[in-house]
Amino acid sequence: MKFSAISLFANALSGHKKWPSQFPNKDPKKEYDVIIIGGGAHGLGAAYYLASKYGITNVAVLEKGWIGGGNTGRNTTIIRSNYLFDESAALYDHAVDLWDGLSQELNYNVMFSKRGVLMLAHNVHDVQSFKRHVYSNRLNDVDNQWLNPEECKEFCPPLDISSSRRYPVMGGALQMRAGTARHDSVAWGYARAASKLGVDIIQNCEVTGIRRDSLGNVAGVETAKGYLKSKKIGVSAAGNTSVVMEMAGLRFPLESYPLQALVSEPIKPVFPCVVMSNAVHAYISQSDKGELVIGAGTDQYTSYSQRGALHLQEHNLMSICEIFPIFKRMRMLRSWGGVVDVTPDRSPIVGKTPVGGLYVNCGWGTGGFKATPGAANMLAYTIKHNEPHKINAPFNLDRFIGGRLIDEAAAAAVAH
Amino acid sequence: MLLIHCPYCNKKRPEVEFAYAGEAHIERPNGINQLTMTDEEWSNFMFIRNNIRGEHAERWWHNSGCNMFFNAIRNTQTDKFIMTYKMGENLPTEKQIKAAKK
Ligand SMILES: Cc1cc2nc3c(=O)[nH]c(=O)nc-3n(C[C@H](O)[C@H](O)[C@H](O)COP(=O)(O)OP(=O)(O)OC[C@H]3O[C@@H](n4cnc5c(N)ncnc54)[C@H](O)[C@@H]3O)c2cc1C
Ligand SMILES: [Zn+2]
Repeated sequence: MKFSAISLFANALSGHKKWPSQFPNKDPKKEYDVIIIGGGAHGLGAAYYLASKYGITNVAVLEKGWIGGGNTGRNTTIIRSNYLFDESAALYDHAVDLWDGLSQELNYNVMFSKRGVLMLAHNVHDVQSFKRHVYSNRLNDVDNQWLNPEECKEFCPPLDISSSRRYPVMGGALQMRAGTARHDSVAWGYARAASKLGVDIIQNCEVTGIRRDSLGNVAGVETAKGYLKSKKIGVSAAGNTSVVMEMAGLRFPLESYPLQALVSEPIKPVFPCVVMSNAVHAYISQSDKGELVIGAGTDQYTSYSQRGALHLQEHNLMSICEIFPIFKRMRMLRSWGGVVDVTPDRSPIVGKTPVGGLYVNCGWGTGGFKATPGAANMLAYTIKHNEPHKINAPFNLDRFIGGRLIDEAAAAAVAH
Repeated sequence: MLLIHCPYCNKKRPEVEFAYAGEAHIERPNGINQLTMTDEEWSNFMFIRNNIRGEHAERWWHNSGCNMFFNAIRNTQTDKFIMTYKMGENLPTEKQIKAAKK
């Protein structure tokens, strides 16, 4: 069924008890043209674009738990595209282009809110580095502007810009087209739209092995629901990518770290935008439910446990109180962790692998939610054409051999 | 917060005294090998990691304590340390790891 004002009204009359399920829970078929491993928003999106843009509808998305239960449902939803390098600017801006209009396209409200992301500068180095970003972005047609402290305060009234603070605000870089979206809706919206086009969404179906034929190309996957054949497999397993790749005999330039976030008790609207501070090391926004959404960096050790240490949360909150003393008396409601797959240059890997028929989308680390529609489209394009699109071509695996890294690691210090 | 046993201090100390130092037993190429190594071999050394889900050999640095590096076997699904051992000791065998679990 299509969501509309009329369907909303009609269902209100029956007390909202008669909404049909969004997509069917299916048992897998024996064979697919494409199998996507990982039912996060990236994997579901790839399946949707395969069906909607590239004409391949005999597709399954295999998810070991429930869709969106990985990093998609655990992230703090910051969306922005003001990255330093040309390659990154093109990739992330492609995603922001697709975010625009995604709700309409999917007929599902992903609540993309362009409330602006403000990155604070607290020292001379920050000022120079952010201005460099602003200029570089301008050359790439990516919006980003420099604000002086008074303009920062005007844009974000809770900011304290007095010069007596330990980390005074010396200005900030503001991307207006940036903001947040509702993470669960992105997974559900893609799943529903893909399912309508014939894609099978199969939950509770962990992939445990990848079979290859005599030529070494992929032939199918072993799963919790039996063996499924497919000559094309796209891996979009975020934190578990190394584990899945090992099934095909590949070792990857990835390490998986816990990344935590937390929310406060809900309060009335006080915080109009997203603010990030690399130097003090934290970021904050307010959800539509009223919770302050807070995060910072990963734990120090690799882990698949989906939880991290309490002292990181403490550090994170100390940073928030340092920048926003008005929140000192807020109580925190919940905290959680995800497992993020980090590459040496902090840029993703989207493209082909040395194994025929095996494609990968990984390495998004602490910041891949913002890229969801772009990453999904690029993975789908690469699977369809057996060649990367020019936007994702630089994000190949071979760069770790050839040395042509896209070193955003040096460019952004906070996880988001 | 993890409690980590430093094999040099022979004490369990809180994680904040330590710094994680990545996968263990990655051998640094010696001067002669460096001259003939291929790009692929360099890549393996520099960037490729096992990133094991399960029992992982890793380095830690007791940087706010005795300042020594040491190695550890930790289960990356539970974050539980199975054993720690001094620098220069070999990667424990499966048997040794099993014994340490008891
Ligand atoms: C706390 C936190 C905050 C974050 N904040 C931001 C932010 O503000 N902005 C931003 O842009 N990004 C952020 N990120 C990063 C972002 O969440 C991820 O980069 C992005 O969601 C990755 O999407 P995905 O669909 O690839 O991953 P996931 O949603 O993790 O999907 C991968 C799926 O693969 C499944 N899977 C794994 N192994 C198998 C298997 N063997 N068989 C079947 N299925 C399998 C998993 O169960 C999982 O559902 C944050 C991450 C965390 C953890
Ligand atoms: Zn010690």
